[in-house]
Amino acid sequence: MNWAEANAGWSWNPAADIQQIWAFPFMVNAFRAGTVVAVLAAVIGWYMVLRKQSFAGHTLSVISFPGAACATLLGVSAGLGYFAFCVGGALVIAAIPRSGQGGRSQESALTGTVQAFLLACGFLFVALYKGFLGGVNALLFGSFLGITTTQVITLAVVAALALGILALIGRPLLFASIDGDVAAARRVPVRALSVVFLVLLGAATAEASQITGTLLVFALLVMPAAAAQQITARPALSLVAAVLIAVLVTWCALVTAYYSPYPIGFYVTTFAFGVYALARTGRALAAIRPDVSEEPANTPVGHAPLGGTP
Amino acid sequence: MSAVEPVGRVSDVARHRVPAQAGPAEPPGAAPAVVSLRGAGVRIGGRELWSGVDLDVGAGEFTAVLGPNGVGKSTLVKVLLGLVPSAVGEVRVLGQAPGRAGPRVGYLPQRRSFDASLRIRGIDIVRLGMDGDRWGVPLPVPTRFSARRRAEYDRIAQVIELVGATAYANRPIGECSGGEQQRLLIAQALVRRPELLLLDEPLDSLDLSHQGAVAALIGRICRQERVSVVMVAHDVNPILPWLDRVVYIAEGGAVAGRPEEVITTQTLSRLYGAPVEVLRTSDGRLVVVGQPEAPALHADRHVS
Repeated sequence: MNWAEANAGWSWNPAADIQQIWAFPFMVNAFRAGTVVAVLAAVIGWYMVLRKQSFAGHTLSVISFPGAACATLLGVSAGLGYFAFCVGGALVIAAIPRSGQGGRSQESALTGTVQAFLLACGFLFVALYKGFLGGVNALLFGSFLGITTTQVITLAVVAALALGILALIGRPLLFASIDGDVAAARRVPVRALSVVFLVLLGAATAEASQITGTLLVFALLVMPAAAAQQITARPALSLVAAVLIAVLVTWCALVTAYYSPYPIGFYVTTFAFGVYALARTGRALAAIRPDVSEEPANTPVGHAPLGGTP
Repeated sequence: MSAVEPVGRVSDVARHRVPAQAGPAEPPGAAPAVVSLRGAGVRIGGRELWSGVDLDVGAGEFTAVLGPNGVGKSTLVKVLLGLVPSAVGEVRVLGQAPGRAGPRVGYLPQRRSFDASLRIRGIDIVRLGMDGDRWGVPLPVPTRFSARRRAEYDRIAQVIELVGATAYANRPIGECSGGEQQRLLIAQALVRRPELLLLDEPLDSLDLSHQGAVAALIGRICRQERVSVVMVAHDVNPILPWLDRVVYIAEGGAVAGRPEEVITTQTLSRLYGAPVEVLRTSDGRLVVVGQPEAPALHADRHVS
C-alpha cells in the first residue's frame, strides 16, 4: 500500500474519504477494533464514573503496561498480557478488604503501592527485551497500525461477553452503585456485584489499552461517560449518549490520524476532551439562562447583590 | 442489668385510634403483630449492645426508637431487616424471620445525602426502589405495550405525589436539597407498598422547618396508608404528636411502651440506673436532663 497515495486525497467528501480509507485492510481492522473498544469502554466507564471508581480504572490501565511488556518478553501475544494482568489486577483490588473506618483510604494507598511497583516491573521487562524500546510509545500512548483480524475477533468476543454479563446485572449494579445500603437490604448481592464489576472493568481497560495505550485509557473510559452524564440525568439516555460519543470520537480520531502524521492517542483524547468541555459549558449556560431572563436586560453587570453593600 | 419493664402488647390505644375502614377486612385481634420482639438481644464483636427487648408493633402504628448515641438504635433496625442476627430471644417481622418479608418492608438507611455531582434523577432513585433488585436491564419497550410497566409507572408517579415531590422528581438528585432528597427516599421506600417502614434517623441533617414537615409526612403516611413505622430518632419532639409507641434503649437495656409511660423521670431513671429528669416545656416538648451520655432528646433544641 502506498502511504503517500493514501494521504493524497482529503476530499472534504466524508463518504469518499471513508471509502478511500477502508480500501486498506489495516484501516478496516482499526475501525472495527476501535468501534468494539469504544462501545465496551463507554458502557463500563459509565458505571465506573457513577461508582467513583476512576482510581481503580487508572490502576488497571497502568497494570496493563507491564502485562503487555511481559507478554512480549515471553513471546506470547500482547493481547494475552493485557487481559491477564488487568483481570488479575481487578481480582486483587476486589480481594482487598474494605472493612471498618478509613477502609477506603487504606485501599487506595495499597492500590497505589502495587500500581507503582508493577509500572516499574513493566519498565524492567521493556529493558530486558532489547530492541523493543521503539514499541514503548505504542504501549503507552496507543497505536492503530497492524491490528490483525484475529485481534479484532478476540476484542469482539471479550466485549460481547462483558456486555452480556453487564446486561444481566445492569439494573442491580446501578442500584448497588447509587444506593448500596438500600440495595443490600433488598437482598441485592452488593459485594459480589462489586467483584464482577471490577473484572468487567479489567476487561474493558485491557481492550481500551490496546487502542489508546496504557496512559490514555481514560479518553474512552471516563471522558465519554462523564460528558454524557453532563448532558442528561436520565440513566438509559446518558448510557446511549456515552456510547455514541465514544464511537464518534474514535472514528473521527481514526480519520484524522490517517490523514496526519500525529498519533491517534492524541486525537482520541483531544476529541473526547472537546466533547466533555462542550457538554460542561452547555450545562453551565443552561443553568445560567433562567436567571438571565428574569433580570432586566439593561442591568449593569457588576451591580450590587440584594441587600448589598452600602 | 436490664431495668426493663416489658410494656405494651399491641395496645388497645392504637387499635382504637386507627380508623376501622382503612384496613383489610379481618377479625379484630387476629392480625399478627407487624414486628414482634421477645427478649431479643444483640452482640457485636462479643460485646452485648442491648438485650431483653420486648416489643410489639401493630399495623399502622408509629414507633420511635430512642436513646443516646452509640447504644445500637440503628442495629435494632438492622436486626429487623435481617442484616444483623439477634443473639438471643425471638424476632418476627410480619410473621416471618427477619429478612424474609422482601418488598413488604421498606427501608431508609441513615445517611448524609447524595453527592452533589450525582447526575441521576430523583424519579430514577424512586424507580430503583421498585425494580432495582430485578436482574437484567429493562428493554426499551414503549410503556403502552406492557401493562406491568404502566402499572409501575403509575405507582411511581403516585408515590412521588404522595410525598409531595412531583415538582422536583425530574431534577438530578444531587441538586435537590436535603429535605427534598429525604422525601424522594421516603417515596423510594414506599413504592412497593410495604406494610412496615424502617427509618433510620430520617430527620437528621435536616433543618428544623424541614424536620417538622418530613415528620408530618411520615405521620400522615403511617395513618393514611396504614403503614407501620419504626423510626430511629435523635430527637423525639418533631414526631411526638404521631407516636404510638417508644423503645428507649440505654445502658444495655430497653424499655418499650407508650411515650407517656416511657419518657418519664421514673422510667428513665430506672433504665439508666441514675437520676434522670424529664421536663416538659410550655409548648409540650420533652427534655431529658442529667442522662449520663450525650443528650439525645433535647439536642438541636437550642439551634436557630
